[in-house]
Amino acid sequence: MGTALFSAFEFGILYALMALGVYLSFRILDFPDLTVDGSFVTGGALAASLIVSGVHPMYATLSALVAGFIAGCFTGILHTKGKINPLLSGILMMIALYSINLRIMGRANVSLLNEDTFFTKVNDFWESLGLSNIISANWSTLIVMVIVTLVVKILVDLFLKTEIGLAIRATGDNKRMIRSFSANTDWLIILGLGLSNALVAFSGAFVAQYSGFADVGMGVGMIVVGLASVIIGEALFGTKTLVRTTFAVIGGAIVYRIIIALAYRIKFLELQTGDLKLITAIIVIIALIAPKIVENVKERRRKKRRHIEQMATEKKDGEQLA
Amino acid sequence: MVSSLLKLSRIHKVFNEGTIDEKVALENINLHLKPGDFVTVIGSNGAGKSTLMNIISGVLIPDYGEVYIDGKNVTNLPEYKRSRLIGRVFQDPMAGTAPTMTIEENLAIAYSRNKNRTLARGVTKKRKEWFREQLKTLNLGLENRLNAKVGLLSGGERQALSLLMATFTEPKILLLDEHTAALDPARAELVTNLTRDIVEKTKLTTLMVTHNMQQAIDLGNRLIMMDKGQIILDIDEEEKKKLTVEALLAEFQRIRGEKLASDRAILG
Repeated sequence: MGTALFSAFEFGILYALMALGVYLSFRILDFPDLTVDGSFVTGGALAASLIVSGVHPMYATLSALVAGFIAGCFTGILHTKGKINPLLSGILMMIALYSINLRIMGRANVSLLNEDTFFTKVNDFWESLGLSNIISANWSTLIVMVIVTLVVKILVDLFLKTEIGLAIRATGDNKRMIRSFSANTDWLIILGLGLSNALVAFSGAFVAQYSGFADVGMGVGMIVVGLASVIIGEALFGTKTLVRTTFAVIGGAIVYRIIIALAYRIKFLELQTGDLKLITAIIVIIALIAPKIVENVKERRRKKRRHIEQMATEKKDGEQLA
Repeated sequence: MVSSLLKLSRIHKVFNEGTIDEKVALENINLHLKPGDFVTVIGSNGAGKSTLMNIISGVLIPDYGEVYIDGKNVTNLPEYKRSRLIGRVFQDPMAGTAPTMTIEENLAIAYSRNKNRTLARGVTKKRKEWFREQLKTLNLGLENRLNAKVGLLSGGERQALSLLMATFTEPKILLLDEHTAALDPARAELVTNLTRDIVEKTKLTTLMVTHNMQQAIDLGNRLIMMDKGQIILDIDEEEKKKLTVEALLAEFQRIRGEKLASDRAILG
């Protein structure tokens, strides 16, 4: 159980960057961007291919950021300049990226088993510092990823409070308003989607290095995983301020992995690895519907209570009169 | 022509041209506004008032004719570039602000209207002070709620905030599109008074569309009436002082009647 939770935590933090990306497009820009399924793989594929060809894992990982940014910008251009609806723009880009990802890798998957990756480098560094005597090197991945994720989170928070960041948020909130304040919404949408997919590809690069391979199918359903993280996180940790919401999204990504890990431990469900996507879909469906049902029930209770109170006061008034 | 701050010359706009739904929205509109003019615009539904506002703000491009602001031809300037020069308040109180963002963030967005947006912080300490002072002039207590989300404000508060956001960077032109029509009478009066105070203080060249004839008479130094895409009546400051709602209605009926008669004569 302990190891399962540990690895759920590790996976969660690896995917948290992707969830932050989805948060940027889905919530901040109000743009359901399916590019994610493709750009996640682009990040993994590019990082893996570069590492295999001898590039330092650090640079390989950072190049994923750039590739994802470009992919996202294309989706934005399709939508704003080509006037294609958001969902379709994302789907088109996702399909296009499938071929591009195959081109990047030259085949359907690239193994990193005997290669130096970001994580083996971190491990080496960890041991060279002598930290492995104090904390097991197993922890190095988790600790470094927590640091990376927090740094990215803080950068996202800061960015969304800059003049450009405020304009991007207003674009998702009220396009008419922000246009009347001299902001070019086309450009802001392109930039926002670029940043979102940069984070998604970044996450893909880490996931590929962590699992030891990049596969052309590793991004299937990624947008739903991202949505699940965002929705679960918001529901559990709240959205009162921006800083809190980005934290919630990271928390959501971890909780999502823990839920999955727990689901697999329930014996009578007899879950197989292939069931993962189905479970994810069910979690998102529940997360989308449950709040409405809860709200309904609460509302009905409130009404009932008010009704009873009213009856009581009327009765009292009646007694007083009598 | 240096003296006109806003100049519309021979503006035509037709919707659904060549179809059965063809509608001439604006027909040969010529309009000059002097710096500091406060013009109220009245007219029935479909008279072309909103189209006029959209042509000036760049939401719509005229079929022909030109728009000049401060002597510069802006006819083909896209909306977002033109908004540097134009402040706008819409009829819908939801339209002028971003609901999930805080009051100070909304103000920061408006503050950047006539500047290039950068990676600098939107809400700085210095700006915050300035926002607070600006909000005080509204007398709504909003200066104590800088961190409240705008979605939580009432319609009147939102509209007052929109008005402040549209004006505090002192644009060349202020466009008010029935900005009190969606409010209850008390709130509408509040926003009307704010409008009067702000325009008086900032001397903004203003064009205000309204359905309320009394409001159109009370505010501003000039009144124009539109009908079927044309300006049918243009009343200057002196005449406007003596104007009453009854006189305005009578005048409208007279012009319309004449037009109707002349149409009949042509058809007959």
